[in-house]
Parts: sequence; structure tokens; C-alpha cells
Amino acid sequence: MNALLWMLLDLLLAAMLLGLGWAAVATRDLKRGVALFIAFGLLLALAWARLRAPDLALAEAAIGAGIAGALLLAALRSEPQGGQPAAVPSRVFLLTLNLFSVLLAVTVAWALLSALAMGDSVRLAQPVTEHLSQSGVSNPVTAVLLNFRAYDTLLELAVILSAVLGVLALGPARPGYRLPGPVLYGLIRWLVPLLIVTGGYLLWVGAHAPGGAFQAGATLAAAAVLLRLGGVDGAGLPAAVVSRWLLAAGLLAFLAVGLLVTAFGYGFVQYPPDLAAGLILVIESAATLSIAVALALAYIGGWPSRRAQSGSLHTHTTEGGTH
Amino acid sequence: MLSAEIIYGLTGVGLFTLGLRATLLQASLLARILAINVCGAGVFLMFVSIAYQGLAQMQVPDPVPHALVLTGIVVAVSATALALALGRRLRESKDE
Repeated sequence: MNALLWMLLDLLLAAMLLGLGWAAVATRDLKRGVALFIAFGLLLALAWARLRAPDLALAEAAIGAGIAGALLLAALRSEPQGGQPAAVPSRVFLLTLNLFSVLLAVTVAWALLSALAMGDSVRLAQPVTEHLSQSGVSNPVTAVLLNFRAYDTLLELAVILSAVLGVLALGPARPGYRLPGPVLYGLIRWLVPLLIVTGGYLLWVGAHAPGGAFQAGATLAAAAVLLRLGGVDGAGLPAAVVSRWLLAAGLLAFLAVGLLVTAFGYGFVQYPPDLAAGLILVIESAATLSIAVALALAYIGGWPSRRAQSGSLHTHTTEGGTH
Repeated sequence: MLSAEIIYGLTGVGLFTLGLRATLLQASLLARILAINVCGAGVFLMFVSIAYQGLAQMQVPDPVPHALVLTGIVVAVSATALALALGRRLRESKDE
């Protein structure tokens, strides 16, 4: 009976994911599409929780639905309203595309089912569980990210840095937002400190429970997005010089630690087991700040104007009506 | 009885395909970026379904695909930000 209920829940969630995903990409109205995409992201977070991946559920809710949704909404604002009438694809193109899609779906489904049929013959969970005690943390996902597969995370930080450098190179920031009404202003004053505390907690708890640098960084970036929506053009970021260093801090700390351990006869990013916990915390703290600054700058779309950078929410409000 | 990994895995296949189809079909750049994100979500879902299968034997889902997907989510959002910035620049240069 219990298993049947679980299956019904799974089928319902799967149907809603497919329905929302389809509706988000099929609609002509972009605003509608973005709203549906955010709802899709939240349901996906639920699916991660169901598949026993709480780290992913946190990341999806904060990044996949939250930050990506905010980015798309901000891009929507500068999209021409009404837009050009979409070109109608020719019948031949549509037919070929549909045929290709069906063929692709069948092939990928066959590959997936064969992979599932192989069962546990090729699985890395065993070695991870065996060596978890030497990794310095007890959350297996953090152990894989920061220790066993540290190269991946190092390069990931480099990817984020290059993407943000690309965004910064592409021109000035989008224009900011007007000062909010009293209700939003009050909400922001409550939420921003709460988000900062939550970010710190997620960073710390990542060592032994779901959480970590990515979730923490995204939570801090969410605070920056909120501040910007509240009319603070600088989104609470420190001065440009400091922000630049923070942006690179994650990658630099990771490289520094990785190279430092080689001086003591260990491999690159192969931490000594007694020091692993501390070194991982150092890297994760720097990575959190980098990810937060990177996502915030990506949302702003460039360096915020200098005048706005020093402004806190409070001083901006007292300045009043300058926007 | 359908197991959870098969249900979510096939959902992933569906999302991957419909996302890719929309990416090729849509005219607007923003709609394409949105569609490629749906496509990516489908790939993540397939990965995590395979990881979930380890639950029966190991008592924990395989953490390696989880770490890879976590990396993937963050890389996807950075790529989205870069694509949106490129799109904005492209439109501005057309308007000039």
C-alpha cells in the first residue's frame, strides 16, 4: 500500500514536471514562460528531495529556480514588448525536427534503461563510503566536491569566474530599480540579515549535513538581488577593488591550498587527513564569497555605478527620490 | 510496479528532448536560453535517477553523481548569465 502511494506521488510529480517544462518552452508569451520555468525549478527541487538528494534540492531552490529565475526576469525587462511575430517554421522542418526528437528520446531512453539494468556493477559509492573518514568531512557530497573530486570544483570555480568576466566585459550594468514601497522595504530589512545568517549556517553545516559553499553563496547572492530590487544599485557589494578580490578569492584560495600541500610531499589538492577539515573550511569560505559576488554581479549585469556602491539601504532611503 | 528511478529517469529523457526541440524551434533568444535550461534539467534528472538506484544496495544514493549535478547546476546558471549578457549586447548593437 505504502509503495503504491509512493508510486502515485512519483507519477504525479513526473507528470507535473513534464507538463510545466513543456508549457514553459512552448508558450509564445515570454513572461509566462519565465514564470512557469521558476515553478518548474521549485518542483524539480521537490523531485531532488524525493530522490534523496537534499544537497541538490537546496541548490536547485536557491540557484536553479531562484537566481536563474531572477536573471531571466531581469532580462525580460529589457526585452522589447510585444516582440516581433515569430517566424513560422516550414512543415518539412517541423516534421524533421519532430522525427528527430522522437528518435532521440527513444535512443536516450534505451541507453538509460540499459544503464539502470546494469545495476550496481559500476558504482563509486563504495570507495567514497570507505574513505569518508579520511576526507575531513562527514557529508559524502561535500567530501566528493572538496576532496575526492577537488579538481572538478577547482575548475568549476574557474568556469564561474570566466563567465562573470565575460558578463562584466559586455558592457555597463542594467539600470537599477526605483525605491520600493514601505511593505517591500520592510520585508527586505527583515530578509537580508536572515539570508546572511542562513548563508553562514549553510556553509558551516555543509561539513556534516546537506549544505556547502554553493548553497551558501547562492543564499548570499539572493540577499544582493533583494537589495538591488529594493533600489540599492550597488546591491550591497563592497567597493569595486574589494569585489574584484572577492570574486577571485575562491579560485585563489583553492589554488594556494592545493599548491601549499605539494610542498609537504602530498599531491596537488591532496590534503593531509588531520588538516583536511580546516583546509576544506578555508576553501569553502573563500568559495562562498566568490560565488556570492559572482552571482550578484551576473544579476546586476556589470559593475554598478560608483555613486551607488557605498549606499546602504538606509542611507539611500534618507537621500530619497534621487532615482 | 514502476520504480522511482525509472519514472524520474524517463521524465528526464522527456525533458531533455522537449527542451532540445524547443531550443531548435524557438525564434527568440531568451526562449532558447530558457529551453536549453529545461534540456539541462532533464540530463540532471537522468543522472540523479541512476544515483538513486544505489539506495537499495548501499543504503545511501551514490554521492558522485550528486556532486557532478551540483557542479552542473552552478555552471548552468553562470552560462545562462553569460548568454543573457551576450544577447543584451547583441540587441543593443542592432539598435545602434
